[in-house]
Amino acid sequence: MLEFLASLGLSPAFIEFFTVSLLNGVSYGLLLFMLSSGLTLIFSMMGVLNFAHASFYMLGAYVAYSVTALIGFWWALLIAPLVVGLLGAGFEKYCLRRVHKFGHVPELLITFGLSYILLELVQLVWGRSSVNYRVPTALDGPLFTIFGTQFPMYRGFMMLVAVLMLIAVWLLLTRTRIGLVIQAALTHPETAEALGHNVPRVFMMVFGGGAALAGLAGVIGGNAFVTEPGMAATVGSVIFVVVVVGGMGSLAGAFLASLLIGVLQTFAVAMDGSMISAVKMIGVSVTPETFGYALLKLKISQVAPILPYLLLVLMLVFRPKGLLGTREG
Amino acid sequence: MKFLFSHLAVAAIFTCAGTAFAQTAAPAKAAPAPAKAAGPLAGQTVKIAMIEGLSGPFGNVGQNQLKSWQFISENLNGANNPAGVKFEVTPFDSKGSPQEALNSFKAAVDQGFRYITQGNGSGAALALSDAVAKHNERNPGKEVVYLNYAAVDPALTNEKCNYWHFRLDADTTQKMEALTSFMKDQPKIKKVYLFNQNYSHGVQVAKYFKEGITRKRADVTIAGEDLIPLGQVKDFAPYVAKIKQSGADTIVTGNWGADLTLFVKALNDAGLKLPMYTYYTGVTGTPTVLASGGDSEVYQISYAHSNYSGVMGKLTADFKKKFNDDFYTFSIYNGVVMMGEAMAKAKSTDPVKVAAAMSGLQFKGFNGDSTMRKSDHQMQQGLYIARWQKVDAKNGYSVENTGYTLAPVKYIEAYVASTPTSCQMKLPS
Repeated sequence: MLEFLASLGLSPAFIEFFTVSLLNGVSYGLLLFMLSSGLTLIFSMMGVLNFAHASFYMLGAYVAYSVTALIGFWWALLIAPLVVGLLGAGFEKYCLRRVHKFGHVPELLITFGLSYILLELVQLVWGRSSVNYRVPTALDGPLFTIFGTQFPMYRGFMMLVAVLMLIAVWLLLTRTRIGLVIQAALTHPETAEALGHNVPRVFMMVFGGGAALAGLAGVIGGNAFVTEPGMAATVGSVIFVVVVVGGMGSLAGAFLASLLIGVLQTFAVAMDGSMISAVKMIGVSVTPETFGYALLKLKISQVAPILPYLLLVLMLVFRPKGLLGTREG
Repeated sequence: MKFLFSHLAVAAIFTCAGTAFAQTAAPAKAAPAPAKAAGPLAGQTVKIAMIEGLSGPFGNVGQNQLKSWQFISENLNGANNPAGVKFEVTPFDSKGSPQEALNSFKAAVDQGFRYITQGNGSGAALALSDAVAKHNERNPGKEVVYLNYAAVDPALTNEKCNYWHFRLDADTTQKMEALTSFMKDQPKIKKVYLFNQNYSHGVQVAKYFKEGITRKRADVTIAGEDLIPLGQVKDFAPYVAKIKQSGADTIVTGNWGADLTLFVKALNDAGLKLPMYTYYTGVTGTPTVLASGGDSEVYQISYAHSNYSGVMGKLTADFKKKFNDDFYTFSIYNGVVMMGEAMAKAKSTDPVKVAAAMSGLQFKGFNGDSTMRKSDHQMQQGLYIARWQKVDAKNGYSVENTGYTLAPVKYIEAYVASTPTSCQMKLPS
């Protein structure tokens, strides 16, 4: 394989870097998918844009931290999503359902309010600074070494869980009776109700399930990065990008979009080219006195963090339904 | 799609409104007054407002420093300072943003605080220094003094210097002068990667490193350079891949808090062990992660190290006993000592008189003789290069209970670390 790539005229250093970056990009993308799958599920099934989704992610991380301290990480992997899921279901039943009849904006506002309440609650319970939530020792260390760079075991675990999650949700929705009822309740709620299915309960389960998925992402993302009250805010915006780019309510679209954004961001970080080098190539000299120098000198690696939002804007302009979305909204 | 737009718009408005509310943490408990008070100002209380990011990505650092301020004040209260005053520190949470710091400053002034202190983030420091100068000009008789214990952007004591601002840390020009002097004698350093945060401090670190190293070791090349958004990046793996690809043999970074901790974590994960020259290895969170990767060659340039004996050693040990946390912001000690001396000299706690007394004041700090230079209010003090190593008989302080410590390897005298200033101080009329 290596010889083949080298025969194409690629330097070994480039192949090495490309492979490592691709791995990093894909694993980051899969974490994004874990985060956004619950959101896209809730949106596609209920039409609710859940602003508190990232807060459920944060809550999942904090609950996992406490459970890990008590009885260990593997229990946390099970208990934290359950706790967050139950909380989500309770919120749907006692709050969201009541404002449902007033339309989309009140629904959005109530989840927005919830995100602030959760943030303050987390700060009251666990404090304002970060907590020491660590990767379990069994998953600490390198999984394999590629070109002298170690690939951490925990990142591999993260990818595995994300893929399992995708398969499980997809099977649940398309291959089980409950999945069929959910889909029916989405498009024809009255008919489904007339056939004797409890549609409000289906909605409650969907919302709880979505929250549980976010909680699971929190269990895994919390110790991979940092568990702190600001963690919801840092991922909150990017998961909306994933959902919009993937296509509102499309699980496969969210999957594609997460990978796309993960890889895009990872590779952008590595590129040091700026507009100046591009302009120089066409023979125009640029000096610090040139108009717009501050903008021209920005390196691609510096703008990497805003690329997802650029993608969001471009997507809304040129293809509002997203990559795999089916409706125009 | 239309309704999505309106949703996002509504949300955006609310986010802005939500973050605009300034928040102040509960006031600190006052320390019990000592029985005997000898100083000329015995019985007087000096209230200090600490404006700092106590929540958010760097909240853990701010929380440690709040404890440090309160701990040092308690220890130097009453008879333990020459003025005999009682220091009382009240926290104001700036969430690490310059805008919130200004809101906190307003709140502190409204509550009657005449002394403020801040350190984390030169962005907030520049904003505060400017706000203090304007406030003092417009409100004669209500002047405020600003003690900066950690923000190291040289601008604060050069082109943007201000009479009411006193810097206790060494600025980046001083630190880089010392660090490059040390690095020039390390022959294995050939290609350096500069990894910094994209705001005034990080930009200055990169600038003065390049300036210093080309002057002292022209053969050292810069393999690459990155400026990352402050406190935003969670996944540093892509940067580590980039550093590895660049072929660098040394990393120089001014990063602090989570931006250093997560970076070190990613370096460990990838198994990339390069000698690293840092500013803030000893700051909350980083030592634990660094130690989990085993032995590594890491240096820290600072005005202090972890292994003091005497008064400072006792304070560090007491702090650990009380909070099970490290005391690493030693400049706070110098700040409180300096205030006590100045108040005794001025025989007053009035900020105008105290500022005049602090300007040019010579006193015994934890590193020995220290001077608050009159021309720019930059503390002149010795600097240390400390090395990350296992604790041994000579260096016994275990940082974050890791079994590792920051052992001093080189001391740079105050006059060597001193750098000229371009400050043209405007004295108050």
